[in-house]
Amino acid sequence: MTQQLVSTVRPRQKTRRRFQEALTPILWIGPALGLIAVIVLWPVVVLFQTSFQHISPDGFVLGSAGGKNFSNLFDEPDLNGVLIRTVIWVGAVVIVTMAISMLLAQVFNARWPGRRVARWALIAPWAASVTMTALVFRWALDANNGVINVFLHQIGLIKSFNSNAADWLGRPAYAFAWMIAVAVFVSLPFTTYALLAGLQSIPGDIYEAARVDGATPWQMYRRITLPLLRPAFLVAALINIINVFNSFPIIWEMTRGGPGHETSTTTTFLFQLKQSFIGESAAMSVINFALIVVVVLAFLRASRWREQVS
Amino acid sequence: MTVVADPPAQAPVAVTPARAERRTLSAKRLWLAVAGYVVALIFILPYAEMVISALRPPNELLGRNYLPKHFDWSNFTTLWSTGFGANLGASLQIAGGSTALVLLVALPAGYYTARHRFRGRAFFLLLVLATQMFQPAALLVGIQREFTRFALPSPLLSLILVNAGFNMAFAVWILNAYFSSIPHELEQAAMVDGTTRLGAVGRITLPLAMPGIVTAIIFTFISAWNELLVGLTLTGGAPNSDVPLTVAINNYIGQYSIDWGHLFAGSVIATIPVIVLFAFIEGRVVGGLTAGSIK
Repeated sequence: MTQQLVSTVRPRQKTRRRFQEALTPILWIGPALGLIAVIVLWPVVVLFQTSFQHISPDGFVLGSAGGKNFSNLFDEPDLNGVLIRTVIWVGAVVIVTMAISMLLAQVFNARWPGRRVARWALIAPWAASVTMTALVFRWALDANNGVINVFLHQIGLIKSFNSNAADWLGRPAYAFAWMIAVAVFVSLPFTTYALLAGLQSIPGDIYEAARVDGATPWQMYRRITLPLLRPAFLVAALINIINVFNSFPIIWEMTRGGPGHETSTTTTFLFQLKQSFIGESAAMSVINFALIVVVVLAFLRASRWREQVS
Repeated sequence: MTVVADPPAQAPVAVTPARAERRTLSAKRLWLAVAGYVVALIFILPYAEMVISALRPPNELLGRNYLPKHFDWSNFTTLWSTGFGANLGASLQIAGGSTALVLLVALPAGYYTARHRFRGRAFFLLLVLATQMFQPAALLVGIQREFTRFALPSPLLSLILVNAGFNMAFAVWILNAYFSSIPHELEQAAMVDGTTRLGAVGRITLPLAMPGIVTAIIFTFISAWNELLVGLTLTGGAPNSDVPLTVAINNYIGQYSIDWGHLFAGSVIATIPVIVLFAFIEGRVVGGLTAGSIK
C-alpha cells in the first residue's frame, strides 16, 4: 500500500519538475525551432503534397494527380540530358575546384610579402552576388565586343568577331564549359579558405620532427599534410557539392538553360517547369530533395559537429 | 603561426649554410608571392571589368578595347530614373529585416545551447546544421505554394522570413561557438558583484562575443542581399519597391536587348560595398559554415 502511495506522489512532482525542465529550453530555442519549422520543414511537406496534385498553371488545385506528375516528368524528352548534365556539372565543378584550391591553399598558407592584401582579393567572388558575377562573364563572352573575345582575337585564337567561334554562349557545349568555369571561379574562395584553415590546424612540430628525421618536402606533403587535411577536404567538398548542385544564378544569367534545355541542370529545369507545370516541377524537386538528403547525411557523418556540441 | 617555408631559427655559428638556405627560401618566397599576386589579379579582374563597363560612355559601350577613351558617370546618374532607388530600398529592408530576425532567434538559441545541457540539445543542433545544407532551390515549389497561401501583405515580409530561415543555422553555430568559448565564471563573478544575470550577459558576455555577433550579422546580411532565386519566385508582378536588387538587375535583361550600362552601374553599387564588408569577417566565416569542423 505505502509503496503504491509513494509511487503516485513522486511521479507527480517529477512530472512537474520535468515539465519545467523541458519548458525553459523551449523558451530559448523555441523561436529558432519555429522558424525552421515554418521556413524549412513545412515547404518540404507542401512540396511532397504538390508533387501528387493536379495543379493549373496559375496555382489552383484541380484534384489529385496520383503518380501522373512523376510519369509526365519521366516522359519529358529533355530529362535525360538534364540529368546527365547535372552529374557532369556537379562532378566537373567540384573536382576542378578542389584540385585548384589544394594548390591555392598551399600558396596562401606560405608566408610572402603582401599575402594579406592578396587574400582580400580572393574573397571577392565569395562576397559578390553570383548573379552579377555571372552577368560579367556573359558580357565578357559577347560575340561582338566581349573582353574575352577581344583578348582571344588579339592573340589570334579568334579570327573574327560575331563569328560562330566567338559566340561561346550560343553553342551549348561551349556555353556549358564556360559556365562550369564560372562555377569553379565562385566556388574557389570558400574551398580554399576551408583548406587553408585545415592546413593551419596541423601542428608545426610534426613538420619539425619530420625534417629532423630527414624527410623531403614531398614526403612531408604526402605523409603529413594530405592525411591530416582529409577531414577539412571532405567537409569542404561536401559543402561545395551541395552549393553547386543547388546553383541557379550562373546558368540562369548566362544562358537561361538554353537553347531549349540544352544547358539546363535539374535546378534550372525545375524552375522553368514551375512556370507552367507546377505539379511536374514539384516532382522534379522531390527527386532533387532526395539527392540532397543523401549528401547531407554524408556531410553530417563527415563533419565533426559532435565535437563542438559536447 | 607555423609555416613550412619559414627559415628555422639558426644559431649564429652556422653562418654559411644558414645564409644559403635563406637565399633559396627567399627565391621560393618570391615565386610564391608572384603566384599569389597573379591569382589575386585573376580574382579581381571580373569586378574590374564590371566597374570599367559601368563607366563606359554609352557611345563606347560596344567598343572593342579594354578601356574606353574616357570614363563617364552618366550610367550612375541616369540609373535612378529606372526605379533603382526603390530596389535598393527593398534590398536594404529584406537584408536588414532578415538579419534582425536571425539575431532575434539565434542569440537566445546560441547562448542557451552553449550554457546548458538539456534533453534534445544535440538533436536541436543537428536539426539546425541540417537546415544549413538545405537551400531554397530544391524546396522552391513548396516555398512558393506556402507563401501563396499565407498571402502576406508584402513580398518583403516573405523574403525576410525565407532569408532568415535559411541563414539562421550559420548564426546559431557561430554564436554557440563564441558563447562556449567565454568562461561561465566571468558571468558568475559579475553576478556575485551584484549584477543581475541579464546585466552580466549584457555587460560581459555579449561584448566578448562581439566578433561572432558581427560575423553573423554581416554574413546574414550579405546572403540575403545576394539572394536571387526566391526573390525571382515571390516578387512576380510586385511593384518596384518590393523587388530586390538582384531581381531588378536580372530584369535589365530584356527579350531582345540588354541594358548593360545600367546593369553594371547597378551591379557596382550592389557589389562593392558587400565585398568590403566581407573583408571584415573573412577569417571567421569558415568556422560557422562547417559547424566547427574546420576553424
